[in-house]
Amino acid sequence: MNAVDLLLPESEDNPDWDSGTAELGHILQPGHLDLSHKVILYLEDITVSFDGFRALNKLSLTIDAGELRCIIGPNGAGKTTMMDVITGKTRPDEGTVFFGQTIDLTRLSEPEIAHAGIGRKFQKPTIFENHTVFENLELAMKTDKRVWRSLFAVLDSAAGDRIAETLQLIRLDGQANRLAGLLSHGQKQWLEIGMLLMQEPKLLLLDEPVAGMTDEETERTGELFISLAGRHSLVVVEHDMAFVKQLGGKVTVLHEGSLLAEGTLEEVQADARVIEVYLGR
Amino acid sequence: MRTPFIVRLGRSFDARSWQMVGLFAAFALVAVPVMHLLLPPENPLYLSTYFITLTGKILCYAIVAVAMDLIWGYGGILSLGHGLFFALGGYAFGMYLMRQIGRDGSYQSDLPDFMVFLDWKELPWFWVGSDSFLWVALLVLVVPALIAFVFGYFAFRSRIRGVYFSIITQALTYAAMLLFFRNETGFGGNNGFTDFKRILGFSITAPETRVVLFGLSALALIGTLLLARYLVTSKFGRVLTAIRDAESRVMFIGYNPLWYKLFVWTLSAMLCAVAGALYVPQVGIINPSEMSVANSIEIAIWVAVGGRGTLLGPVIGAFIVNLAKSWFTVSFPEYWLFFLGTLFIVATLYLPQGVVGLWVRLRAGRRREEATPGVVAKGVEA
Repeated sequence: MNAVDLLLPESEDNPDWDSGTAELGHILQPGHLDLSHKVILYLEDITVSFDGFRALNKLSLTIDAGELRCIIGPNGAGKTTMMDVITGKTRPDEGTVFFGQTIDLTRLSEPEIAHAGIGRKFQKPTIFENHTVFENLELAMKTDKRVWRSLFAVLDSAAGDRIAETLQLIRLDGQANRLAGLLSHGQKQWLEIGMLLMQEPKLLLLDEPVAGMTDEETERTGELFISLAGRHSLVVVEHDMAFVKQLGGKVTVLHEGSLLAEGTLEEVQADARVIEVYLGR
Repeated sequence: MRTPFIVRLGRSFDARSWQMVGLFAAFALVAVPVMHLLLPPENPLYLSTYFITLTGKILCYAIVAVAMDLIWGYGGILSLGHGLFFALGGYAFGMYLMRQIGRDGSYQSDLPDFMVFLDWKELPWFWVGSDSFLWVALLVLVVPALIAFVFGYFAFRSRIRGVYFSIITQALTYAAMLLFFRNETGFGGNNGFTDFKRILGFSITAPETRVVLFGLSALALIGTLLLARYLVTSKFGRVLTAIRDAESRVMFIGYNPLWYKLFVWTLSAMLCAVAGALYVPQVGIINPSEMSVANSIEIAIWVAVGGRGTLLGPVIGAFIVNLAKSWFTVSFPEYWLFFLGTLFIVATLYLPQGVVGLWVRLRAGRRREEATPGVVAKGVEA
């Protein structure tokens, strides 16, 4: 078992994606992530306008369960807006967003979406700078996050172990009691990824996760993501083509708020429209 | 095995803090009564009624300052209308004190004097039960909490933050002040409540009563500090400061900031109300000017001067500003507001952590000089 396996135990509510066939007449459970069609995320005809500017224009996209998907596209293509729509920060003007078969994300608030099992890493590392590294992970940990629980919460040893494992995984084990604001940029990125893992999400949205990292850190991040795929679904927005190549999954190209091309990196790089968007004009 | 809550509450203070609390309690509950009641006035250690009243009043202000620090220093919510909750607590308890006057008022009526003056024949519905101490004690807690909860719910749900929130709280307290200025509102108009005679049957001006009220204020301050310290060192407190620093991050890891803010906001209002209820019998008057915007801004200044996010700092700030105020308003009344403004500007520009921050910096500087070079300063642990 590697560190990731230790961190992310197979939970009972996590169906086996490999054998998942759509049975006839299975019972719908509200709030339960239904992956019977092997798809974890559906975006359909999403349109978002800001003051007349169409940030997303009838965008449709599906992410398979266990997939590692890269999303690329020039500035203003709508990548971040897409993440805002999925996580509930922005409501689409039109279109539907489904998490699995049953969970309508356009009706949920940000915390509810987080509880449903979607974790998000921001473009700019967003961590709690005045808290220690340990506390950052503690706050992110999957648990009952209502006020009453937090008032009387005691950290048990199992939780402490989980935090220690994550610290090791993100290579911050020597810095547990350091204020997060004092970390280097790359370390902050790793801490945020660690916080994401503590949430035990089923779908991870990662907005430029390796920006500002050294080459070595970037490569390690890639290895981590690859090891997470399968058990988790990952959507990575990235500009760094070498990193996209390392991840090796399917690539989606967005342009002006719509899907332009989809396929392997080689395929999309050979696509004439993609070349025009990136190099033309 | 889970540690009982009371034990964990006790652990909120370390051993040295408990010693300080013990010393303070011994002073307030033993030394002050002895020095006021038993010593003759000629004795140099005799504490005057003026001292007891002034200090008792500032103890109440200190509770308000700690309540303010909880929402502002830790929650990042700057209320410029916290005087409202203080005044509401004061008014609620004032109703009881008015009823305790009984027939000893100028009109010898069962009704409070101002009602007789308005030619009212019976008590308005919201005065029913105000002759019961327990009922009024309940009102002191529940009414401000309810108002804070409803107001906070809508404000926080609409994600009103920062200066917009501050301005709305100002409008709230100002509107309440105008409402309480009206005679028809039923709280004595611009005169408010005064001329209290008794509390639980005891004379309100008796030295013994004053000493008891002083002791209760001191205990309330200790209780407030203990509760606040527990909160900010609990996971709740860590979530609260996380909301202050990066609210969207908090939401995306699955906490709903609405309920966290609402809890600390309502609790803060209740603490202010308790302080107001202790304040009124000691000062002997409550009127709508307690709800003025300037009063609420002054609360923020106590906290800023003492040090935001330090809990003890606001207590010190409340004492510094109010002792300065009582000196200035006697010696140079016309300069007080200039001094207050200057103090606020200086504190904001040069003392971001207030007096406590200054002290911590000076001590750290001295320690660094003494210690070998290369000592890394640890994060400020307030």
